[in-house]
Amino acid sequence: MASLEVEGVTVSYGGNLALDGVGFAAERGRVTGLIGPNGAGKSTLFDVVSGLRRPSSGRVLLDGRDVTRMGPARRARRGLARTFQRLEPFGRLSVRDNLLVAAELGPARRHPGRVADGIVHRLGLAEVAGAPADTLPTGVARLVEVGRALAVRPALLLLDEPAAGQDAAETRRFAELLRALAGDGVAVVLVEHDMGLVMSVCDEVHVLDLGKVIAVGPPEAIRTDETVLAAYLGES
Amino acid sequence: MSALLELRGVRAAHGRITVLHGVSLSVAAGEVVALLGPNGAGKTTILRVAAGVHPAESGRLLLGGRDVTGARPGDLARAGVCLIPEGRGVFPNLSVRDNLLMMTFAGRTRAEIEEIAFTRFPVLAGRAGQTAGTLSGGEQQMLALARGLATDPAVLLLDELSMGLAPLVVGRLYEQVAEIARQGVAVLVVEQFAAAVLGIADRAAVLVRGRIERQGDPGDGLRAELSALYLGSAT
Amino acid sequence: MEQFLAFGIVGLSTAAIYAVIGSGLVLTYVTTGVFNFAHGAAGMLAAFAYWQLSAGWGWPVPVALAVVLLVLAPAFGLFVERVLLRPVQHLGEVERMVMMVALLSGLIAAARWIWNPNEARPLPVFFADRAPLRAGPVTITWHQALTMAVAVVAAVGLWALLNRTRTGAEMRATVDDRALAGLTGADPVRANRVAWILGTQLAAAGGILIAPAVALDARQLSLLIVSAYTAAIFGRLRSLPLTFLGAVVVGCLESYLTGYLPQNAYLPGLRLAAPALLLFAALLLFPHRRLRGRDRRLAPVPAPSARGALVFAASVAALGAVLATVLQGKDLITLGPLLPLGIVALSYVPLAGYAGQISLCQLSMAGIGAVVWAHLGAGGQPWALVVAVLVSALVGALVALPALRLSGVYLALGTAAFTVVLDRWIFTLPSFDVLGVRISMFDQGSLEVSGPSLLGLRLDGERELMVLSAVCLALVSLGVAVLRRGRFGRRLIALRDSEAAYATLGGNLLAARVAVFALAAGIAGFGGALYGMQLRTITAEQFSLVAGLPIFLIAVIGGLGYVGNGLFSGTAFVGPNILLGLASWTQNVVAVLPALAGMGLGHSPDGLVPRLRREWEPVARDRVVLPAVLCVLALAWLLRIADAVNGWLLLAGALAGALALRGWAAARRGAAAEPEIPVEWWGVRRPWRAEDGEVLARGIARG
Repeated sequence: MASLEVEGVTVSYGGNLALDGVGFAAERGRVTGLIGPNGAGKSTLFDVVSGLRRPSSGRVLLDGRDVTRMGPARRARRGLARTFQRLEPFGRLSVRDNLLVAAELGPARRHPGRVADGIVHRLGLAEVAGAPADTLPTGVARLVEVGRALAVRPALLLLDEPAAGQDAAETRRFAELLRALAGDGVAVVLVEHDMGLVMSVCDEVHVLDLGKVIAVGPPEAIRTDETVLAAYLGES
Repeated sequence: MSALLELRGVRAAHGRITVLHGVSLSVAAGEVVALLGPNGAGKTTILRVAAGVHPAESGRLLLGGRDVTGARPGDLARAGVCLIPEGRGVFPNLSVRDNLLMMTFAGRTRAEIEEIAFTRFPVLAGRAGQTAGTLSGGEQQMLALARGLATDPAVLLLDELSMGLAPLVVGRLYEQVAEIARQGVAVLVVEQFAAAVLGIADRAAVLVRGRIERQGDPGDGLRAELSALYLGSAT
Repeated sequence: MEQFLAFGIVGLSTAAIYAVIGSGLVLTYVTTGVFNFAHGAAGMLAAFAYWQLSAGWGWPVPVALAVVLLVLAPAFGLFVERVLLRPVQHLGEVERMVMMVALLSGLIAAARWIWNPNEARPLPVFFADRAPLRAGPVTITWHQALTMAVAVVAAVGLWALLNRTRTGAEMRATVDDRALAGLTGADPVRANRVAWILGTQLAAAGGILIAPAVALDARQLSLLIVSAYTAAIFGRLRSLPLTFLGAVVVGCLESYLTGYLPQNAYLPGLRLAAPALLLFAALLLFPHRRLRGRDRRLAPVPAPSARGALVFAASVAALGAVLATVLQGKDLITLGPLLPLGIVALSYVPLAGYAGQISLCQLSMAGIGAVVWAHLGAGGQPWALVVAVLVSALVGALVALPALRLSGVYLALGTAAFTVVLDRWIFTLPSFDVLGVRISMFDQGSLEVSGPSLLGLRLDGERELMVLSAVCLALVSLGVAVLRRGRFGRRLIALRDSEAAYATLGGNLLAARVAVFALAAGIAGFGGALYGMQLRTITAEQFSLVAGLPIFLIAVIGGLGYVGNGLFSGTAFVGPNILLGLASWTQNVVAVLPALAGMGLGHSPDGLVPRLRREWEPVARDRVVLPAVLCVLALAWLLRIADAVNGWLLLAGALAGALALRGWAAARRGAAAEPEIPVEWWGVRRPWRAEDGEVLARGIARG
């Protein structure tokens, strides 16, 4: 059963349509890729799904329930968590405290310390656990945001360019992490420009261009899709 | 053709992370060079270094053969470097007319600038009193591009002109860019949408992870290469 | 009808002045992004200067006017831009605001120093000898006509400057997008300078025009600005026409309230408070766009260790005991408020330091605590202290609810407006009943306050209260430390650092904000009750906006993220008062000190507490020097108790001894210094330390 469904979502900034009747779905236990050229509307779609931006029309459903009118906090309590393309760390708190804040807000609030330490270990953050988040290099800070999202034990995880700034080895480890999360039954949605990562971990890829979905399919099909390539090259 | 704008071995960093590893690039008068590459490759940083907005850690910046490394953006602007930054080349709270007024620093009078801008983009004439932030994306880019026309720059640096615009509008904007180049301006265009700019580009450079991987004719091999870069597809 | 018209004319001429001042405010805000809290104070200073030249030294009026408006005002504007604002330009919105609050506070203190406030300084209206103009039933004095003419000229001139000249376009473009303005050859510094010069000139013109209508009083004139603020908020701090409209609304409202408000013991204050009420309403009703760009860097909020917090709390309590035994007579009374005001200042740490909510009403909350204690705790019942804290907390929560929509400068303005409403109206009310509960304020004068009874002891002497305050400050400091280390403190910091992330993790912004306002108000109310006990007699004046500003400044200078700030602020604010006994002129110096310190903010934006901590840390960690320091202090204390030395000698001796030993400790530490580890390996090759962030920040600032 679908964990996230987006139906006909439209968002406009000023006179421009950032999203134009977008439909999207992500299922539990799968990694769903969301790609597209710059300015295609990927982050806007994340804002709509997480409740930071109201669409002018369309619906967002979590586990079949319409959450379009709910605020971000209530959606979070229904199991949604996300990271941000423009980093939003709790900069003055240590890495471990970043995770603690999230763990204390999540369903496992009885043992937040254990949850936080578990994530520190899982993401290999032990060396920086005591450092304030705003002193970290971008790649590590992105990982902390992923960890923070994991600390609320999400059922639906939206990741906005989580692997930017990682080297090849780190990206490989990150891909394994995503597969493991999907294996645990989490619905993972991945926005990422590293196509190697997208193509290797995603079960299905949705392509967005100029606010519209132009292709949906398995990675192998997407990478050879002429429409997608044309969109990336700007060929009309 | 002698280079009007030249970067020699430029290295630049954001905080502790180096984004440009010794980039050398030159643009001659009247030439359009397209700078292509995936996100995060450092394309925008090259433009910002060229406009004096971002400091280079090492390497040199030459303008008409003169070393201008370390000059301030305002001085470079007066020396004829015109950067139109990504998505925000206009003052959103100023009217179209006041935006044009801001272009008088290079010597032309207000009336001359309005004449040039409104002849080239008649749609702007009808919106002269409107604040720029309320224009459509295409109109905003026209207004931004008007700076490239009206201030008689020697070098025009364009960043993602096509961002969020329909292909038809993008095509028309690039026609104007080609026109500007014909007047002898050196144009360096950063563009994710290769097709939009390749039609008018004399040369293309592909930037990957802060290094220029390929430089030369915008030929057929380029499409396959970009396809591999963007989608990870086999060539 | 004739009366109605007459009040209308008065209202419009007042409105004209508000419009002139308000448009200057808007001008500096739109071009420099700085909200000038000291704008009214600049006008006040101009009025005094004009009085000095014309009435004081007998210069001809045109000459005096020309000197003030064309020489002094521009010079002052340039001074503010160059000396005060440039050092904090790269810091956040809050730092720039603190600078202007410091200027406001400093100008008031300076004016009261130069021009003795107890002397009357009548300032004649312009054209006083000419017969008023008459048009049918309407009478307009020449002064009123001149005022309106100035407003019209200012309006037309500003409009033409901003909309018809390249300089005006540059000024607006600089605010819109500073980087892009640089790319178009604009000079942002020049635009800023023009704005400050013109803004100050407008403030000066307004100040000179309004001074004849009200007394030439530094505080009153500076706060007249509240009305002009209201006008500017009507214009959302960017539209000049709407600012003029706002000025007309405020001016006429004040005038008609004067004319038609029923005679009644409860309402005179309402007229005085009306502009502030209107300001509060305008802030809530109009949507505000924040200037773009996030605060570049937030000051660190290190978590104190459990041991460190306990040691600090014990030291505070010990300090109280030492002060209580060492001080005598007048000094004991002078330094009495040190620890209670420290508690009030400490309330800024969770509120402004952790949660980033800048509130200027903390001393008012203290006033509420003091009033509740004075009325309910006359018999010394400890439960009354609990009620005082709860009532303050409740009022804090009530302020928070509407203020939730505001942030940054707007929140500071809103809380300042609330404080003015309390000062001018609520605190001046006689007793009244609400739902059968009798509510009393300051009984329209002063209240007697007595100490509490605890554990069968009546604590009413200065010494006992000193020890009580010390124990309370120690406990509150400990409480804030626990808060910082705990769940709620983490949440406050998190929601300040990223609202979007906090909300998308499921956090409730509303609940957390109301809670921290209530908590801070409770702490302030507690401090206020203790402050009242020390003062014995309290008046509304002691809890006014102007009285509260220096405490806010000192707290900011101390460093809002630090638990030790309570002790620091109390000491830095009240400590210098012992100089008052030496010579009468020191009073003015002491009054200017907080403002001067605030203006030095650019030099240590993270506060002085961490600096002191860094300097004294070697002593606390040294196994030889620490006992030595303690012995020296104990010895000094014993000598004083035995009356072998006097207080000054004790202070000097203890300071000299401690400083010498600090040098010794630093030298010992230097000898045993560890090998240098390169910056990029901090947190990797060696554990991350609390002070590392500051070291990095300073390094980056220098580079």
